[in-house]
Amino acid sequence: MSQIVVGISDLNIAKNPDILVTYALGSCVGICLYDPITKIAGLSHIMLPNSNQISGSAGQSYKFADTAIVLLLKKMEMAGAQRVRLKAKIAGGAQMFTGMSNSSLANIGQRNVMAVKAELARLKIPILVEDVGKNYGRTLYLDSSDGSMRIKSANRGEWVW
Amino acid sequence: MALDNFNGLNEIQLDVLKEIGNIGSGNAASSLSEMLGRPINIMVPKIRILDYQEVSTNLGGPETLMVGLMISIHGDIEGMMMFLLQKDFAHMTLNALLGGALNDFSEAGEMELSAMQEIGNIMAASYINAMASLTNLKIDITVPDICIDMVGAILSVPAIHYADISDKIIFIEDQLNTMDETTSTHVLMIPDEASLKKIMNSLGIDM
Repeated sequence: MSQIVVGISDLNIAKNPDILVTYALGSCVGICLYDPITKIAGLSHIMLPNSNQISGSAGQSYKFADTAIVLLLKKMEMAGAQRVRLKAKIAGGAQMFTGMSNSSLANIGQRNVMAVKAELARLKIPILVEDVGKNYGRTLYLDSSDGSMRIKSANRGEWVW
Repeated sequence: MALDNFNGLNEIQLDVLKEIGNIGSGNAASSLSEMLGRPINIMVPKIRILDYQEVSTNLGGPETLMVGLMISIHGDIEGMMMFLLQKDFAHMTLNALLGGALNDFSEAGEMELSAMQEIGNIMAASYINAMASLTNLKIDITVPDICIDMVGAILSVPAIHYADISDKIIFIEDQLNTMDETTSTHVLMIPDEASLKKIMNSLGIDM
């Protein structure tokens, strides 16, 4: 079993029994997709909701909810996963600085979560678990042997979905 | 000059930023020393241009627990400044300031948090004063916002906010010595492009 690290604005897939991990999600969102039959897992770490809000975003498709998730889906399908079997678990989208006066910065986590949910709805992938919002960072592990999502926090311990 | 990232800066421009960092760090050390009632010496700061992932790596990995203080900059220039304080620095300053013996962040209450904010405020003002007096620009700062968490998660906030400007930031590492302890603090400066140009121009440097 090996561990595959997914960086910021990155995505990757794993096959049983490998584990995908992305560290310290703050306002970013981690999207886990899992096919229980082929045991193919995919993880995407997005930073922003929409690619059209940023100029010159070409070549940065992994950064945005509206462009990354569909690419993750394609990568999983190429590896043999079936879209109809895929289920999603998502985590992150926190508001790290709670006293923040700058509102566009304050609710970016929430906007990321909304964009992720809209994109998953468009792709008709049901969401089983949402561990989102609040005010703390999360490290996310996705186990391809059973599709479980483990969350680790700095001050609140860890738990499994 | 297209400033896709701060790598586009030339030697002279980098030197200006280093000088602002130097003076700012010196000012910050003397304000801190006054506040804490103990001598604080500061080494020549290291100033580098790094991307966010490199910053995390430099600080011990994305899951390293740190105190993040975020300050918005307004006035003639716009941008953000962030202080990242290591555990031992936070403990040292809090214990010196409040006379307590805090060993763990999870014990930090209201009073400790507001003391940390005050330390951030004083340090930020030191840097901003250095910049303002060098450039003759009018610069205001907000009260720092505080977050104690994994450094990667803290950094996601400026990374997202400045995603359309640059993946890189100006990273200043200060090493402080106080009596028997050595500790470091890290300052991230993220001016927007127009502001960086204003700073340079006010010093007679083309950009």
